[in-house]
Amino acid sequence: MDFIIISLLIIGAIFILLSGIGLIRMPDLYTRMSATTKASTLGVGCVVLGTVLYFGEIGLISRGIIIILFITLTAPVAAHMIGRAAYIQKTLLWKGTKFDQLKDKYDDSTHELK
Amino acid sequence: MTFFETTAYISLVAISVGILFIFIRLLKGPSLADRIVALDLLTAAGIGFISILSFLYDKPVLLDAAVILALLAFLTTVAFAFYLERKK
Repeated sequence: MDFIIISLLIIGAIFILLSGIGLIRMPDLYTRMSATTKASTLGVGCVVLGTVLYFGEIGLISRGIIIILFITLTAPVAAHMIGRAAYIQKTLLWKGTKFDQLKDKYDDSTHELK
Repeated sequence: MTFFETTAYISLVAISVGILFIFIRLLKGPSLADRIVALDLLTAAGIGFISILSFLYDKPVLLDAAVILALLAFLTTVAFAFYLERKK
C-alpha cells in the first residue's frame, strides 16, 4: 500500500512539472493548451488519489473523488471555451501549421459556425 | 526523516519548479489567452500543492480548501473566456 501511495504522489508531481515545461516550450497557444490540460488533469488526479489513499477514511475518499471528478469534467470544457474565444479573437497559429480546418468558418459578427 | 516525508518533499520541489515555469509564461505570455491558460494551470498546480501539504502535515482539513479551489478554477476560467470572446 505504501508503495502505491508513494508512486502515485511522485508520478502526479512529475506530470504537473511536465505540464509546466510544456507551457514554456510549446510554440503557440493551441499546442500549449493541448499539453497543459491533459498533463495537469492526470497529475492532479494522481496526487489527490495518493493523498486520500494515505488517509483512508470514507469522508476524505469521497472528497477526493469530488475533486478528481470535477477536474476531469471541467478541464475539457474550460479548454474548449478558451480555445474558441482565442480563435475568434484571431490568436496567431504556429508558423509551421500545415492547414487550418476552421479557417473562414466562424461568422465574425455572431461568433457562430457558418 | 521517514520515507513518506522524503516523498512529500521531492513532490513539493517538482511542483514548485512547475509553478515557476507557469509564472514565467504568465509574465511573458504574448496574448491574453496564454495568460488565462497559465492561470488555469496555476490553480491546478495549487490543488496538487495543497494536497501534498495535507499529506505532509497530516492535516486532512486542508483538502476542503482544495475542493473550493477546484470549484473556483472552473468559474474564473469560464468568466475570462466569456470576456475574451466579447472583447473588441
